[in-house]
Amino acid sequence: MEITTRSLWTLVHGMGFGALYLLAVSGAIVALYQRYPINAPSQSEQRSDRFLGIYLSIMAALAWLTVLTGTYIIYPWYRATPPAGTAVLTAFPRSLLLANPATKQWHLIGMEWKEHVAWLVPIVVTATAAVAIRYARDLKHHPQLRSALLGFTAVSLFAAGIAGFFGAMLDKNAPVDGGQTIQLVKGE
Amino acid sequence: MSGQTNTVSEISAVLPDGSGAAAILSAGIGSFAVAVFAIAADKSAFVKNLFVFYKPTGALSGETTVAILLWLAVWAILDLRWRKKTVSLRPINSITLGLLVLSLLLTFPPIGDLF
Repeated sequence: MEITTRSLWTLVHGMGFGALYLLAVSGAIVALYQRYPINAPSQSEQRSDRFLGIYLSIMAALAWLTVLTGTYIIYPWYRATPPAGTAVLTAFPRSLLLANPATKQWHLIGMEWKEHVAWLVPIVVTATAAVAIRYARDLKHHPQLRSALLGFTAVSLFAAGIAGFFGAMLDKNAPVDGGQTIQLVKGE
Repeated sequence: MSGQTNTVSEISAVLPDGSGAAAILSAGIGSFAVAVFAIAADKSAFVKNLFVFYKPTGALSGETTVAILLWLAVWAILDLRWRKKTVSLRPINSITLGLLVLSLLLTFPPIGDLF
């Protein structure tokens, strides 16, 4: 059982940071929706405020790690230009997709949208985490702020969903592969 | 009596919403900047070359770096100005929602290509 370094990085980017982010979003939406009734804060609620701040900060870190690994580690492998006369394009996913009319839209729509829309996620979730930490229980006095945070989290789910969907489909049609081979389990 | 004291101290401890408004509006502006810079780089070879900060990633490196720097700068400026103020959040939320929807639409290539 083997895996190449490039495949490993796509796994870390998509199935690691990206999928974890998507899993975390639903929890954040429920937590933000259910919070902040008007009453005096109990000790457990204060702990819960701290937990939400930490939770959203981890989500922000995951979002940044996802876009940074995607943009600066995987994307260069994806968009590498093949040397003139290259007949087999499997090591050049973008060129491979563009060479076939049946797959070129995966790049022209899928990757072109994914590579930009994904950057909305760390922006909105970082703002969400910052506001949740700064206001904590005080958010109960600012229903408009709470609505904005819920909206931000929903937008981040949509944008991350687009990026995740196209990431999976692109990898299915033209996987980023190559580099050193890592042997996970030795064959018998 | 103690209930009254609690209510008064709670009200006096309420943070102004200016800081939150700054974070929200600046995030909308930063997101919109990602979309605008993507379209600008797509339409102009000159802009595209300007945005190539890291060659292996191409113009995407500059588009996103400049958008992030712009977002952080706007956030810092608005936070300094609004931190101690109570601002009207409803129009700020509406503007931000509009910017986010536009960002989602403009980054979608068939729509971005209309410009």
